[in-house]
Amino acid sequence: MKDGTLVVAGMATLAAGTYAFRLSGQVLRARISFPPRAEKLLKAAAVVLLAALVATTALTEGHGFSGFARPAGVLVGGVLAWRKAPFLVVVIAAAATTAVLRLLGVH
Amino acid sequence: MSSIWRTLERGVLRDIALTCLAVFFIGLSYGAIAVASGFPLWVPAAQSVLVLAGASEFLFIGIVAAGGNPIAAALAGLMVNARHLPYGLALPDITGPDITGPDVAGRGWRRMAGTHVMNDESVVFALAQDDLPRQRAAYWACGLGVLICWPGGAVLGALIGSAVHDTGAFGLDAMFPAVILALIVPELRDRMTLRAALAGAAIALVATPFLPAGLPVLLALAAVLLLVRDHRDHRDHRDHRDHRDHRDHRDRRDRRDRAPAATLVAGGKPGEKPGECPVGAR
Repeated sequence: MKDGTLVVAGMATLAAGTYAFRLSGQVLRARISFPPRAEKLLKAAAVVLLAALVATTALTEGHGFSGFARPAGVLVGGVLAWRKAPFLVVVIAAAATTAVLRLLGVH
Repeated sequence: MSSIWRTLERGVLRDIALTCLAVFFIGLSYGAIAVASGFPLWVPAAQSVLVLAGASEFLFIGIVAAGGNPIAAALAGLMVNARHLPYGLALPDITGPDITGPDVAGRGWRRMAGTHVMNDESVVFALAQDDLPRQRAAYWACGLGVLICWPGGAVLGALIGSAVHDTGAFGLDAMFPAVILALIVPELRDRMTLRAALAGAAIALVATPFLPAGLPVLLALAAVLLLVRDHRDHRDHRDHRDHRDHRDHRDRRDRRDRAPAATLVAGGKPGEKPGECPVGAR
């Protein structure tokens, strides 16, 4: 680690800024009364964010493709979840599929 | 805290425990990678407690280890974490003072702690519950679990170092997206939400090669416009009226103003209360 002070400053910036993001959404929400339809939209917005997070963490690594093993595992988990398999089964199956594919040389 | 255990079904607690276990293992690799990149143990230890947002911490460590400026690395990490703002907007008053009590705005240390434990996992578990007491309980249980497991994993990983370097071999990297996906599937059974979610995912994927980390996911929010389209337009009734409820929706409304006229005349009940926000009307 080169410059300790600068690294600490960076860490403090990241920590404080992240806390500010976490707080500001709630503060806004407490000050504004949303009609029911807007409430629904805000919840849908969170689902859209989470879906985008699933897609990017499953399919990409850095700015490129993550390889086939990981999205294949997530896909198996997704199909099981859609068919109402228990959460435990979904998550273990996703990890196991990815691990087995890698064991077989698929990356 | 004991009310968490009484409020949540055993199945939900078990799911939260499994999720926290996955977080622990990812934390192991985080600590190991940080130390292997030349950081002393206290860096991942402090980050994991104070930032408590995995993806941004990996990014910070990666950029600084590659010789980048730590402040620039922090800004990149903040871009990744900007999604916590819409999370806070989406949740009901979940960090309030009384976990099982009525919906009262929280104050003091509990609100401060509740804010800090907001993360993808605690938010998605909360959204998956049916009523406010369960939402609060799931949020706190998962949030506190992550608060223990993420730093715990990071410190242990930093101590045992390269022994846990390759979590890929166990498919652990597939666990995080699978956890989130499993929890949003019930929401996705609603056709409109599914459409918006798929569009958002596509936007994020297309943007990933070109934009810095974090931005593609935020850009996915544009897909929410798909859900706004069929709204009534109340322009004519509320021009020049600045109600504070409207502030948040102004840009969405502006966008809608440019939409084809056919979609705009769909609604518009003249007797509607003037204070009501157009986005909220159906």
